[in-house]
Amino acid sequence: MRFTSTDRYIASRDLEVAVNAAVTLQRPLLVKGEPGTGKTVLAQEVAQALGHRLIEWHVKSTTKAQQGLYEYDAVSRLRDGQLGDPRVHDIGNYILRGKLWDAFDSDEPVVVLIDEVDKADIEFPNDLLLELDRMQFFVYETRQTVAAKRRPVVIITSNNEKELPDAFLRRCFFHYIRFPDRETMQRIVHTHYPDIRQDLAREALEVFFKVRDVPGLKKKPATSELLDWLKLLMVEDLPAEALRSRETHVVIPPLHGALLKNEQDVHLFERLAFLSRRNG
Amino acid sequence: MFAPFILALRQAGIPASVTEYLALLGAMQAGVAEYSVEDFYFLSRTALVKHERYLDRFDRVFGEYFRALEAPEGPAPRALPEEWLRRLAEKLLTPAEMARIEALGGFDRLMDTLRQRLAEQQSRHQGGSKWIGTAGTSPFGAYGYNPEGVRIGQAESRHRRAVKVWDRREFRDLDDEVELGTRGIKLALRRLRRFARQGAATELDLADTVRCTANNAGHLDLKLVAERHNAVKVLLLLDIGGSMDEHVRECEELFSAARSEFKHLEHYYFHNCPYERLWRSNHRRNDNAVATDQVLRTYGPDYKLILVGDASMSPYEVTQPGGSVEHWNEEAGGVWLQRLTGHYRRSAWLNPLDPRRWGHSLSVAMLRQLMAGRMFPMTLAGIEEMTRELAK
Repeated sequence: MRFTSTDRYIASRDLEVAVNAAVTLQRPLLVKGEPGTGKTVLAQEVAQALGHRLIEWHVKSTTKAQQGLYEYDAVSRLRDGQLGDPRVHDIGNYILRGKLWDAFDSDEPVVVLIDEVDKADIEFPNDLLLELDRMQFFVYETRQTVAAKRRPVVIITSNNEKELPDAFLRRCFFHYIRFPDRETMQRIVHTHYPDIRQDLAREALEVFFKVRDVPGLKKKPATSELLDWLKLLMVEDLPAEALRSRETHVVIPPLHGALLKNEQDVHLFERLAFLSRRNG
Repeated sequence: MFAPFILALRQAGIPASVTEYLALLGAMQAGVAEYSVEDFYFLSRTALVKHERYLDRFDRVFGEYFRALEAPEGPAPRALPEEWLRRLAEKLLTPAEMARIEALGGFDRLMDTLRQRLAEQQSRHQGGSKWIGTAGTSPFGAYGYNPEGVRIGQAESRHRRAVKVWDRREFRDLDDEVELGTRGIKLALRRLRRFARQGAATELDLADTVRCTANNAGHLDLKLVAERHNAVKVLLLLDIGGSMDEHVRECEELFSAARSEFKHLEHYYFHNCPYERLWRSNHRRNDNAVATDQVLRTYGPDYKLILVGDASMSPYEVTQPGGSVEHWNEEAGGVWLQRLTGHYRRSAWLNPLDPRRWGHSLSVAMLRQLMAGRMFPMTLAGIEEMTRELAK
């Protein structure tokens, strides 16, 4: 079973190769890229394409590596001990399974998404080295080893907020999702909104790439912003002429709130528009 | 089979190891690449490169190795932050020059022409790039920065005839020679962390719970404590502008690493030496300047003071009232520095300048003396040393 582009997700050839290499060699795939280029969606699509179940583990700044494996609920055991509950004699009753345990224990093959690994503490990836390498871990409380019945496909995404340790990187395949070029973007737009008016899509893409080209933007709009914006344009039913500007210089696009997410960027745009009006 | 290729990659500074090499061979054996060169390129890239900053270097080595191309001459020039370039251009251009640029067809056209000329020039001369730099009548002279820094050399002329994917070198922008990785800085800064319990009690205090439960004749008595938080407070003063321009990138890195590492990080800018005013955003330094006295009042002595600057200035800035290059100061820079270091219990100066050059400038020695020797080079070792000093 190979991963290829679907009718909902356009994957470039290099992404296909990277995913297939990771699936074949059963190693984790680390995906980086600008926000909004479809890193998280990739895992869903891979699971879909391979016909596996997807287990998502969303990492937050407070997430500990241990939480992905299991947690020992000492408090409820203490309480049960006081109430004389017979459950208390088996410590296994108080072990709460984490996402990775679920994945390792599954009989059918699964895809595990470890989303935004860079959000967690700087040592988080180091604490998962062995677990991701051998796909097994040891539960101290019950003295049992949990090993993967079938090695899951692991997809890890990172937004580059923290550098990942070398030892961790060495165990992964790596793919950097490049920002799609115009042609790919057209295909992406088409897969998401098959019934969009051609002229509107063309003009919108034109404006979109122009906005991205403006130097000094703090947050360049990405694919997800474009799709949101297109949806807005379609709902508002704007004519394509509204986007077309006869002059070559910069204008603020209509409904720019969907594209520019930073007040400094909006400000920069206003300044540029003002300058070009004055000079034009 | 590809061992020399791996060695070539390592020579180019890409940290590919045996593990990665074996992974590549394994994937080849499993038939992931399907006998196409392009697939092999994709596969080896995903297996051997683990950071986007190496992608461009990988493309170059790949092209060179598999087509025996000539290596690009010289080290890849460093990219300057785009916004910074733009600011510089905005700042330096007079309205008349702006008009001239408009006459040439705007900023983009100008850059295009510049690229074209550079490409032409390379086919005529061997690697000479003076032409653009010194031509007084060329419109590019007006910029006042070296166009070489914009990275439009060899790559662009290759761009024209390039057909193969790796020759397109689409990852050029992401390559940078970062000597101090942010991770390294963060780990070094970690030493500074002091943990203290603050906020709502959410964590189980096991020891106390056991003790209280025993006291309570075995009835469970839960004790909770607040989670431990990073309680180090840092006041960062950054020298900005002038001779610091060449250190912009390192300072940015330090700043971004420090920002995520500390809960309380306050930053202000100064120029050359701190005087009676500091400012928050360099952009609007004239309207949002804050009196240094006020900063001293606002942030107590428990803050750790870190000054970042190259300490290269006229000695008069340190010793004489009115010595500042940009305004009239009633009191000398040295007086203000003493006031700062006297107020804060722990302070240090980080200097991005190479320590071997410290001896060449009088002001460095003077400031070092004022800081009682607590001036450290802005390298990983220097930052480690500084944090050890500050954590004492």
